Amino acid sequence: MTLLIFSVVIWCAVWAMNRQIANSPDRDDRAARIFVPVVLGGATLFLWEGLVTGLGVSPVILPAPSDIAATFAASTAILWEDFVQTVLKGALTGYVIGCTAAFVIAVLIDRSSFLTRGLLPIGNFVAALPIVGIAPILVSWFGFDWQSKAAVVVVMVFFPMLVNTVQGLRETDAMQRDLMRTYAAGYLQTLVKLRLPAAMPFVFNGLKIASTLALIGAIVAEYFGSPTRGMGFRISTGVGSLSIDLVWAEIAVAAIVGTLLYGGVSWIEKVVTFWHPSQRR
Amino acid sequence: METDSVRPSGAGTSQRSPVIEARKLDLTFQTNDGAVQALRDVNLTINKGDFVSFIGPSGCGKTTFLRVVAALEHPTGGQITVNGMSPDEARRKRAYGYVFQAAGLYPWRTIAKNIKLPLEIMGYSRAQQDEQVARVLKLVDLEGFGAKYPWQLSGGMQQRASIARALAFDAEILLMDEPFGALDEIVRDHLNEQLLALWDRTGKTIGFVTHSIPEAVYLSTKIVVMSPRPGRITDVIESTLPRERPLDIRDTPEFLAIAHRVREGLRAGHAYDD
Amino acid sequence: MKTAFPVLVVLAAIVALWYAAVAPMNIRTALDQAERAGAAVEPAGARERLEVSVWRLMIDNPDHVSEGYALDRPRLPTPVQVGEELWKTTGEMVLKGRAMSKRSLIYHASITLQSTLWGFLLGTTLGILGAVAIVHSRVMDMSVMPWAIISQTIPIVALAPMIIVLSAQLGIEGRGVPKAIISAYLCYFPVLVGMVKGLRAPTASQLDLLRTYNASQRETFFKLRLPASLPYLFTSLKIGIASALVGTIVGELPTGAISGLGARILIGDQFGTPLAIWAALLAAAILAGVLVTLLDILQRVTLKRMGMPT
Repeated sequence: MTLLIFSVVIWCAVWAMNRQIANSPDRDDRAARIFVPVVLGGATLFLWEGLVTGLGVSPVILPAPSDIAATFAASTAILWEDFVQTVLKGALTGYVIGCTAAFVIAVLIDRSSFLTRGLLPIGNFVAALPIVGIAPILVSWFGFDWQSKAAVVVVMVFFPMLVNTVQGLRETDAMQRDLMRTYAAGYLQTLVKLRLPAAMPFVFNGLKIASTLALIGAIVAEYFGSPTRGMGFRISTGVGSLSIDLVWAEIAVAAIVGTLLYGGVSWIEKVVTFWHPSQRR
Repeated sequence: METDSVRPSGAGTSQRSPVIEARKLDLTFQTNDGAVQALRDVNLTINKGDFVSFIGPSGCGKTTFLRVVAALEHPTGGQITVNGMSPDEARRKRAYGYVFQAAGLYPWRTIAKNIKLPLEIMGYSRAQQDEQVARVLKLVDLEGFGAKYPWQLSGGMQQRASIARALAFDAEILLMDEPFGALDEIVRDHLNEQLLALWDRTGKTIGFVTHSIPEAVYLSTKIVVMSPRPGRITDVIESTLPRERPLDIRDTPEFLAIAHRVREGLRAGHAYDD
Repeated sequence: MKTAFPVLVVLAAIVALWYAAVAPMNIRTALDQAERAGAAVEPAGARERLEVSVWRLMIDNPDHVSEGYALDRPRLPTPVQVGEELWKTTGEMVLKGRAMSKRSLIYHASITLQSTLWGFLLGTTLGILGAVAIVHSRVMDMSVMPWAIISQTIPIVALAPMIIVLSAQLGIEGRGVPKAIISAYLCYFPVLVGMVKGLRAPTASQLDLLRTYNASQRETFFKLRLPASLPYLFTSLKIGIASALVGTIVGELPTGAISGLGARILIGDQFGTPLAIWAALLAAAILAGVLVTLLDILQRVTLKRMGMPT
């Protein structure tokens, strides 16, 4: 019980401190921008710990973070195997294939304004659909192993990536195109020197959306059949056998991978589109 | 329409060979509200080494005329030649550099890389590229800024960089569409002075669109006054000012007389119905 | 109408490609079936045929290619088959007066729609309240916004089974609640981001004007920030409702639900009836289209009334 009270007090103290920082002149500091959310996250984890142990919540309902951490440390072999199966084989393969295909096709159809006008509304619509639903179909087409997971990811990331790239390629203004005309620049020169660089912020937007979709696709597809490994497999069997702490460990892996993937793409974006107003400081 | 005046003296390079010749030029745009005559019966000769300003209210076709010269628009009637060729052939031969109202530098390229852009497209070698960049950066007084990105520069410096970009491939003709329109008066004066010096040094033929009477009079050897609906030329004034022009020439009676004539021309062509 | 024609042409091309793909996709199943029915097939035996490419099979058995277009359990059904299945489970049921029977997709769609709408309501409320808090409080902006972004990089599907177990353990009745929670989780983020952008849309001079009137924060909010945010809000509501639907279906897929469009997909998978899966997918697409279109109309009407460009 003391732990509970202690954790509540800590949480409130952290919030009060964040408030101080947020209203101080140093708030735009890089360090402050990182410190404030991180410390709040830590306090919230501690509050979770306090609530679960203090109130005696059954670990079947919600295990304490310390239990999850212990399970995590004890089952690294399993977690690594699942990570390789789901993330490296399923999600990343599909992500790379799907995004590359969408990018290439976007560049190709961009030459025809007719195709662009026809495909853009359809692409926009399909990108909003619950495409995960095709997972069982693709599992039946490509088998239980990671190939079917990669296929689901390919289909899921394709349309958002396509739509963003096509839109990005249309981003140049009339003056910039006129300038290239006064140089008598050819199609390829205009594409490489003007339109692709100008499209990069959009391309990266697509890549970021696709990065979260890739993990979702790979995990859902495993619910419809997989070899006896993979994060989705472990989660669905773990829930059934009530090994909830292992499930939470997998969720933690998924959260870390998702954040790292997104963060990685954002970092590359920062390097490539350093010139864009949204990236300048 | 051409009026005979005294040619500016001292221009040793001024052979009177025509560079741009327009005869009975017409251009009609089809818009949603019907046809708009952007240019009607435009006759104009621009000679080598001329500094020609186009002045008039918006919609008078001054920008359109410049774009026709650059083959960015195509006339619906009449003839126009640039260096004795059709504008499109001239464009393919890279006969002119074009400066737009906005600097339009690519934000992902440094100033030097921006200036190299046309050179890359035109297939200059690396060494030539570097040489040209150094040359034109000096010409527009931007030495030492080559490694900066456009957004790190002031508006005036950006516009200078865009002029450098247009000069980089050493075309004989420079077409400028209100290049200083978005800048404040003081920066503008400074750039006008620099532009005149540059023109004097290089002997290029310049077509210059502007809204400002003092700017037109200060810069030009020939001022083309235009008026809208339909876009047409109402007066062509040959400047009597000397080629050497300090900024305070703008207070001389000669300057004011020319400015007055431009203003009269604008007033005559303008119905003030908008 | 400028886009209608290209869209139709592209759609026609997609349907044509689909039809063309049916033949190679289904040739094996068609040949297996023909062989069982006693027809001579080249080469004989399903196992032997696995060694041969589908193109070879199509060339060697030209008479059986067309059978691939009329299979009961095709790997890839034709668009017409999917349409027929959809009609059978919707329109025909209505005509028979059994629109709400367990075999009707209308029933399942309504279950999905319910959860979607609850999730949408919950997510939108959270998103808007969060945005208001973030715009008005720096500490919220600094502490909560990064976590909101991180929350979206976590694959919700990993959490979905947990949420369902949790709500079962906590004694929450019915499967609607966990589905709505998942749906709200996917839906709140676009609304939050769009709304923060919208509430910050007023320019400094517009805000300064209200300062010269000595307007209170409340008045600034209702007279300036809120109206200025509406175009952004509607745009993100459209993304939000589509995400809410995705969330509901994701919530139905891995959890052994028995009603809802996601459940139909699941059941179609378990019983090996691909037509049911395809029909449910098509129904989900139509549902998404209808929901987004409705919000679009609402947006046009509202913004027009407020004199804003749409």
